[in-house]
Amino acid sequence: MSGSAMTIGSREHSAAGLGVYPVVRRNSLLIIAATLAVAAYLAYVFVAFDVAGLIAKAQPMRATLLATDAVAHKVHVTKFFRGDTQTVVAVEGERTATYATPPDWVRIADNTTAVDLGGGYRVEIKDRQLVMETPDFGPIRATVTGRGVVTQLPEGQSAPEWLRATAAKFDARPTIGRRVQMSRTRVEVHRYFGGWENFFFPFRSELTAYSPMEILRLAFSPERLQADTPNWKLIGHTFWTNPDWQHGHVFIALLETFLMAILGTATAGLVGLPLAVLAASNFTPSQILRLAVRRLFDLLRGIDMLIWSLIFIRSFGLGPLTGALAIAFTDTGSLGKLFSEALEGVNKQQMEGVRATGANRWQFYRFGVIPQIIPVFISQCLYYLESNVRSATIIGALGAGGIGLMLVETMNTQRDWENTLYLIVLTIGLVMVMDTLSGKLRRRLIQGR
Amino acid sequence: MTADTIQLEIIAMEKRRKLYSTIGILLMIAVLASGYGLASSMNSGSFLNGLEKFFDYPGEIVREAWEAGSGFFALVLQFLPALIETLNIAGAATLVGGAAAVVLAFLGSSNLGVKPPVIISVVRRIMDSMRAFPELIIALFLIFILGSSPVPAMIAVAFHTAGALGKLFSEVNENADAAPIEGLESCGANWLQRMRYGVLPQVLPNFLSYFMLRFEINVRASAILGFVGAGGIGTELRRTIGWGRGAGDETAALFFLLILSIFAIDQLSSFMRQRLVSGKAGS
Repeated sequence: MSGSAMTIGSREHSAAGLGVYPVVRRNSLLIIAATLAVAAYLAYVFVAFDVAGLIAKAQPMRATLLATDAVAHKVHVTKFFRGDTQTVVAVEGERTATYATPPDWVRIADNTTAVDLGGGYRVEIKDRQLVMETPDFGPIRATVTGRGVVTQLPEGQSAPEWLRATAAKFDARPTIGRRVQMSRTRVEVHRYFGGWENFFFPFRSELTAYSPMEILRLAFSPERLQADTPNWKLIGHTFWTNPDWQHGHVFIALLETFLMAILGTATAGLVGLPLAVLAASNFTPSQILRLAVRRLFDLLRGIDMLIWSLIFIRSFGLGPLTGALAIAFTDTGSLGKLFSEALEGVNKQQMEGVRATGANRWQFYRFGVIPQIIPVFISQCLYYLESNVRSATIIGALGAGGIGLMLVETMNTQRDWENTLYLIVLTIGLVMVMDTLSGKLRRRLIQGR
Repeated sequence: MTADTIQLEIIAMEKRRKLYSTIGILLMIAVLASGYGLASSMNSGSFLNGLEKFFDYPGEIVREAWEAGSGFFALVLQFLPALIETLNIAGAATLVGGAAAVVLAFLGSSNLGVKPPVIISVVRRIMDSMRAFPELIIALFLIFILGSSPVPAMIAVAFHTAGALGKLFSEVNENADAAPIEGLESCGANWLQRMRYGVLPQVLPNFLSYFMLRFEINVRASAILGFVGAGGIGTELRRTIGWGRGAGDETAALFFLLILSIFAIDQLSSFMRQRLVSGKAGS
């Protein structure tokens, strides 16, 4: 490492006393030139990517929205003007999470619905008219008439920036956690609350009413909530099949991603090693064979994981097998190349010593070669496993399935950001656990001996 | 302790080791076999069916490319800007991420006298978490805010690169010779000067070598991120593949470009890395 060209050479130093200065100066100039070149390139990229236009078009509002929505849930109060005109109060507007009796901040009487949004914000809906009261702005009225939605502001006031009122739609969002929308057919009032709703049990389940301690006690209690199943089974099943969070599906998706990574890496390592022997000059005398295997490695690596996955998705469909094979094909090339380089660097003496004992071919490899490259084999396989857990999420997003695909799907629907956050947390958790495990294993197996 | 007992102990140890490695190998085979069984059952298409169809798709696009004749090269030229965009994503991300990695690495190395020492462990944790964030998540998040553009992919890849290269760079730093640093310190050099003249010249070749390797990895990553809407060759591929039949020649042209460029970068980077690390470069 120290004997490299960039070192301030001791040769020049001893040869001409102060000759070190020109070398330092030249290196400094080189560094300045390199910095300038990098700056020029980045400026070009800045223009090529149209960063200025991008910043102008960016929607930072979306980031706030996403951040709020990911850690909060909203309760919809909906009143239809046509058909069944009953007021419906539901978590996230889900049919499965409708309140049988409305919460105390919603009062429903005859044809009047009063919603208290907290902090002085109040909405009252009567017939086809809506009155919205805010603490620092007078009452705003909106009425559905034959011509559409008509909005009346308090006298002498101009519309605030949080209100968008057209004939088609009245949309007021005075704070991030309160929103009132009105169209010809209905009024929808959203109120946000912190936390993930119904994370453990679905809204309709009787288990929702219990506290965590009570659930724990219930799990071990002999008194059954349902006569035909033990409590712990019921609790587990209700959690697992929760329709909003789909813990069961998410777990399967994580398992798929994990399977892709581990199968792909293990296959690549086990196929790459024997091929690497064929590519190493000190084991395979035939130059043609060596060259052929090396080009095979280059080909496997060169046809990127992206292309392999696209090909495998076509032939094997969605699923972990597709991802595993894509990883295995690419990494057989990468690992094979690494192993063949390691094999070319093994110590000859140990091999000759084993051969001198009259060992047969199998014993020669088993005792003369394998012990020398096992540390490289294990550490590289583990490094690749770490990076492949991440790769597997991306391959999944291309269509191979697993947590990556789930993530893209929930993000594309742009509805329940708390689900997205949940998936993100789990994915990062999986990656971190794998990183830690493989780091521990590597230290144990290689340095521990 | 006599020689006999030692010998017995060695034999027992040898036996135990043999047992362990046999169990290990059997376990691995069992895990692989059952894993593939499980994976195959979870897949929507079965393994054997897929095996028959494996060459269908590559065959189809090669045939369509062949039928396109000289038009194929026109297609290759037409997609060249997409390739350049992907290369730019990777290039800018590697440069920005690499620069951040150098800063992080110097602050996160235990042998360079960073004060107070708390910084070292804090910076290391930062690098760990930067590495753990899958690029896909950052890219999707930024695409949502910024819209489809190469910039989200660039930021996502740069973020990951800073963590990954930072760790490798700090490992290089920790192997650096301490003598030049001490020498400079005795002359009264401050911390920045010690790093610049004492450490940087020692570690630069290795930095560059890792940098090159990362560039290659990032080209692949940028191509893939294009598929989720980040622009470049991935976006084009998604379009042509989404059309299904008929766009086989375009897909083939894109595959050709991607394979060719990755192959070229792979060869170039391994050649340059060899020269850098073995010290044959430059003067």
